[in-house]
Amino acid sequence: MTTAVVPEAVAAPGSAARGRSFAPSVVKALVGRDLRRFFRQPSRVVGSFAQPLILWLVLGAGLGGSFQPGANAGGSSVSYLQYFYPGVVVLTMLFTAIFSTISVIEDRHHGFLQAVLAAPATRTALVLGKTLGGVTIAVLQAAVLIALAPLAGFSLAAIDWPVLLGALVLAAVGFTALGFAMAWWIDSTQGYHAVMMVALIPLWMLSGAMFPPAAGGVMSALMAADPMTYVMSAARRGFHGAGLPAGLVPGASGAVDLAIVAAFALVAVAAAVALCRRRA
Amino acid sequence: MTAAATEATPAGRASRAASSATAPPRLRASGLTRRFGARVALDGLSFEVAPGEVFGLLGPNGAGKTTAFRLLSGVLPPDAGTLSLDGREVSPASPAYRARLGVVFQDPSLDLKLTARENLRLGAALYGLPRAVSEPRIAEALRVMDLGARADEATGKYSGGMRRRIEIARVLLHDPDLILLDEPGRGVDPDALRRIWDELAARKAARGTSLIVTTHQPEEAERCDRIALLDGGRVTATGTPDELRARVSGDVVRVRGDRPEELAETIRARLGLAGAVLDGDVVLEAPRGHEVVPRVVELFPPGRLASVATSRPTLADVFAKLTGKGLSS
Repeated sequence: MTTAVVPEAVAAPGSAARGRSFAPSVVKALVGRDLRRFFRQPSRVVGSFAQPLILWLVLGAGLGGSFQPGANAGGSSVSYLQYFYPGVVVLTMLFTAIFSTISVIEDRHHGFLQAVLAAPATRTALVLGKTLGGVTIAVLQAAVLIALAPLAGFSLAAIDWPVLLGALVLAAVGFTALGFAMAWWIDSTQGYHAVMMVALIPLWMLSGAMFPPAAGGVMSALMAADPMTYVMSAARRGFHGAGLPAGLVPGASGAVDLAIVAAFALVAVAAAVALCRRRA
Repeated sequence: MTAAATEATPAGRASRAASSATAPPRLRASGLTRRFGARVALDGLSFEVAPGEVFGLLGPNGAGKTTAFRLLSGVLPPDAGTLSLDGREVSPASPAYRARLGVVFQDPSLDLKLTARENLRLGAALYGLPRAVSEPRIAEALRVMDLGARADEATGKYSGGMRRRIEIARVLLHDPDLILLDEPGRGVDPDALRRIWDELAARKAARGTSLIVTTHQPEEAERCDRIALLDGGRVTATGTPDELRARVSGDVVRVRGDRPEELAETIRARLGLAGAVLDGDVVLEAPRGHEVVPRVVELFPPGRLASVATSRPTLADVFAKLTGKGLSS
C-alpha cells in the first residue's frame, strides 16, 4: 500500500536512505511511540479499563431488571449483564480510538507533527502508524476484557476466536482511522471530543450494544445502516460461539458481519489517507 | 558564489561532486511562489546555495520567510517554481528529496513525554535509519551534548536551549546534505545558541553540509556566508554580509529620543541630512559618523535626546536602506 521507495537516480550515493522504503520503519516507530506514551500515563491505562467496567456494572445492574433479551426467542435467555458485556468491550475500543487519535491534534499544537511531516515518510505511512498504534492499544484492552468475560457468564472455551478477534481488530482499525480523519480535520481537542461524542455514542447505542435489534420500523432501518451494528453482531457471535441464543443478533452470518466491518475499516482508512494528503 | 562553493567543499564530499569547480549548487530555487487566497506570501523566490555554504533569508515577520521555509521543507506545496538538488530537479514533496534534508522548525518538535534517547531513536526511524547505524550515532550525539546522565529523562524537563540542541542532534543523525533552520535563535539562551552554531559549523566543515537559515535578527544573519534580503515575499538583494553592507556608504548614526519624527524633521532642516525613522530611532547615513554626532547633539536642548551613536552599518541598516522598513517591525 505504501511505496515510499527512493528512486536510485535522485538518492545520493552513500546516503543511508538510498533505495529503501521508509514506510515499515516509520509505521513501527509511530506504533512504538504510541505504546510508550500510553503506558507512561497510568491514568490513561486505569481510566480506559475502569470507565467501561463501571459503566457495565452500573448500567447492567440498573437496567437488568427491565430487559429480557433473548427471552422472546424462547429457550435460553441471557442476563442483561451478559448481554451488555460485548457492548462494553466495543465501547472500550471506541474510547481508546478516540483517545489515541486525539494526540494527532496535540502533536500538531506541540510541534511534533511537523517533524513527522518533514520526514521522508509518506502520508499513508503516517496514517497507518497512528492507526495501528491505536489498534494495538485497543486490542490489548480488549484482550484483558475478554479474559474477564467469565465474570459476565461467558465461557472462554466456547468463544469463536476468529470471529471475535476479527470483529474487534477490524473495528479498532475502522474507529481509529475514523478518529484520525476527524483529528486531522478538527483543530481543537474540545471540538474533537464534542464531535466524536455526538457522532459515535449514538452509533454505539444504535448498534445493539444496549438493547436488542428492533423488528421493523425506523429504528430497525437506522440500526441496519449503522456499521457498529455489524461489529456488535460479530462480537456477540464470537463471545457466544456455537451457543448463540436465537434472535440475539441481526444479520445473516458472522462472515457477512465481518465483511461489512472490513469494508467500513477500509473506507475509514482511505478517508484518513485522503484527508491527510490534502492538508498540511 | 562559485568561489564559496569551491572553498567550502571538503575532500570528504569530493567523491559526491566529481569536480567541485563545476559542481552544481546544492540547492537551486527558481521562482518559488505561494499564495494564500488573494495574498501572495512568496512571489518568485529564487536563489542558489553552494555545497558547504550557509545561506540566510533575512527579513521581518510577514516577509515570507516561514512560507519559504515550509516550501523548502516540502511540508507545503508551492503554487509555482522549481527546486533542484545537486543539479537534479526534485519535487519538494517527494520522500527522496526530504530524505536528504534536516529540518529544524522554529517551534520545538520533540515529543516531551519521551526521553532524549527515545526522541533521537524516533527521529532516526522516521528517516529509515537501521538501528545498527543509528545507535552509535545517538550515543555519540548524547556524549557531545554532555547528556549522558539525563539521556533517559523526559525531554519535558529540559530547558529550551537543551531541547533545541536535541533537535539539532536529531536532524544530524541521518547525515543530511542540506539543513533548514527556521529562526534558530528564538527562545534559546546565548550559550546554547553558540554551541548549536559550533555543532553546525563542525558538520559543515566535516561533511560539506549546506545550511539555509531564516531569521529576522541581523546578528544571526552575520553568521551566514551569503544572505538574501526578503521583503514582501520578494528578494530585494543577495550577497555576502560585506557586499550588502557596502550598499550603505560610510557609517550609520542612530538618534534616539521621544517623538522621533520631530527629531528627523529638525535634523533634515538644519543639517540637510535625510534620516529615516526605523523601530523608533532616527537613522542617518553619513560617510563619517563621528563628525555628525556632535552636530546632532548641538541641535537640541539638553535632555531632548536619549542617545546618539555611530556605528558600522548592520544588516538591519542595509535592509532599512533598501526597503525603508525595520527588521523588527
